[in-house]
Amino acid sequence: MTERTAPRSAAVVPEAGVALAEPGPPVGEISGRTFVQRGDRIFHGLATGSGAFVVALIGAIGVFLLIQAIPPLLVDHANFLTSREFEAGDPTNLRFGILDLLLVTVEVSVFALLLAMPVGLGIALFLTQYAPRRVARPFGYLVDLLAAVPSIIFGLWGLFVLAPVLQPLAGWLQYHLGSVFLFSPGNVHIDGATLFTAGIVLAVMILPIITAISREVFQRTPRAHIEAALALGATKWEVVRTTVLPFGRSGYISASMLGLGRALGETIALTVILAATPQIFTGSLFDGGATFASKIALAFAELNNNLSAGAFIAAGLVLFVLTFVVNATARAVIARSGAHP
Amino acid sequence: MTLQRYGAVLALAAAGALLLSACGSNPNAGASGGSSSAGSPAVDCSGKKNLNAEGSSAQKNAMDVFIQAYQQKCPGSNVAYNPTGSGAGVKQFTAGLVDFGGSDSALNSTNGETTAAAARCQNNPAWNLPMVFGPIALAYNLNGVSNLTLNGEIAAKIFSGQLTMWNDPAIAALNGGVALPAEPIAVVFRSDDSGTTDNFQKYLTAASKGAWTKGAGKKFTGGVGSGAQGSAGVAQAVSSTEGAIAYVELSFAQDNKLGIAKLDSGSGGVALTGDSVGKAIDGAKISGQGNDLVLDLTATYANPPAGSYPLILATYELVCSKGYDAATATAVKAFLTVAATDGQANLPAAGYAKLPATFQQKLLTAIAAIS
Repeated sequence: MTERTAPRSAAVVPEAGVALAEPGPPVGEISGRTFVQRGDRIFHGLATGSGAFVVALIGAIGVFLLIQAIPPLLVDHANFLTSREFEAGDPTNLRFGILDLLLVTVEVSVFALLLAMPVGLGIALFLTQYAPRRVARPFGYLVDLLAAVPSIIFGLWGLFVLAPVLQPLAGWLQYHLGSVFLFSPGNVHIDGATLFTAGIVLAVMILPIITAISREVFQRTPRAHIEAALALGATKWEVVRTTVLPFGRSGYISASMLGLGRALGETIALTVILAATPQIFTGSLFDGGATFASKIALAFAELNNNLSAGAFIAAGLVLFVLTFVVNATARAVIARSGAHP
Repeated sequence: MTLQRYGAVLALAAAGALLLSACGSNPNAGASGGSSSAGSPAVDCSGKKNLNAEGSSAQKNAMDVFIQAYQQKCPGSNVAYNPTGSGAGVKQFTAGLVDFGGSDSALNSTNGETTAAAARCQNNPAWNLPMVFGPIALAYNLNGVSNLTLNGEIAAKIFSGQLTMWNDPAIAALNGGVALPAEPIAVVFRSDDSGTTDNFQKYLTAASKGAWTKGAGKKFTGGVGSGAQGSAGVAQAVSSTEGAIAYVELSFAQDNKLGIAKLDSGSGGVALTGDSVGKAIDGAKISGQGNDLVLDLTATYANPPAGSYPLILATYELVCSKGYDAATATAVKAFLTVAATDGQANLPAAGYAKLPATFQQKLLTAIAAIS
């Protein structure tokens, strides 16, 4: 694709020049140049404007979150970062901390990512390297369609259909691996309303993101690299390992990070699936709880004063920062892996 | 190619939307019978065609019933009710953005809501009209037990974790002749903030003889159990969990075929029926002035009339006593009149209690006085 687009864009410029030059060669040359310069300026302005707009937008969101979050933080009677309680209903006695929200959010998202990454990689490799073209295209659409399913549907499916099916597996894990904190019996007693179910549903939800981007990247592996590997007698797997994977690694990582961002912010599916619990989060996948986003969604309908709302916005601010950190880390990883291909 | 792809996505989304809308059940379908319109007053349909209202989600289904009745009575008229929650209802009403609000609690004078509402009504007092009563069921799922009686004190102990087994002697004492299994009690609560939770906890505070010390509020404070989102989520969680008990609006308990506990307020267990709820509404003390029908449900919770089921949730319509323009006032009066009369017939099917006759009369008097 890279090779294909590069010559095409190169071809556009002379074509336009020729077209403009046609009416009258001497005058046209000058007017053509001024046209190009003006078009250049306008396009430059538009591009810069778009870039500045998105920065301004993110900045405005950050400032809004900060302004709304500061008043409740000042009257918070609990430690915002280390407290596990979140009592924001009474504006005169706010006690809210984000520790449990943070832990639940991170655990469920990382669990989902661990499930989705290998599967996404497999699908992307299958579609680009193994599947015949006739199969690859419709199959690719199918995966993309997963992204078109509304998240409330994923949530209801997870709670009503998937959770009962997972129950035997969950029981088996708790029985055999219960001594590991991840699989210890949880703190909720509604069957299946756990991080385990939620994580699997999230994995399905982020799969199309990881797959779609990885597929595009793998497709761009230079033909010459692949042919060179084949000429050296490499098998299909060796071709993938020595050319496709190194070439697509940074793309695959950023695809996964985009998926993680989606998982961190997913709201409705988790609101529906996860059971709330007054107990603290033990770290088990069979716990209930709430993520940043689902906590906000649960309280949103009945918020009636700025301080209570601000407490939830403060939680949202932490999610904002968390997503930012995740993306920055991903960039750093990509930059480093790009340095040693 | 990209066009095709988007086309496919769009087609699927559209198909999905169709499917979903087809699934949306109409709670009123097929419900009929019952007569409530005690000497229906005349309804003047000449007011504003489209009213806007917003607020409590607890009365959403009742509003659907009312709107249907209103459209039958006044063809071409409509009310758009946006169930965004009581807090939003109060805010939008006092800001003058909607014609009337819906709220699970009356306007509060200590935090300025009453003043703000009066300002919105051109310096006339706003009235709280309790139009919708929803009984809250103590729904349970207990193998082999189809008849369970609880009282405020026992319920408080269950929902605060002081009683953890179904065969606890304290529960057995209320249920002579019922074989209670030796199973742990699994409490299920609403994980989202809601007026149902608030009223249930107010009930426990008033009726538990001091056993409930956790206070009230829209968030469950019992400190035990697991939370599920929304009434539907709660009912579903109870039906899928053996030994579970929850507080949930009647219609959801019925839809999921859950057991519904009787409440013993001192003179034997009273089942949740239209009749027993009607007695509780009739006996409710009105603490507001004149036509401002603010109810003192706490008194009902603590000392319910004999034979009544006191665990009810009242939703107020917030209206201006004066200060509407003529067209709006006519329409608001027409809608509320229809709601209090013709609209009552289909309420039980939607999980609400009908207004008892004397209370209906009080409401109609208040509605007629709006100008």
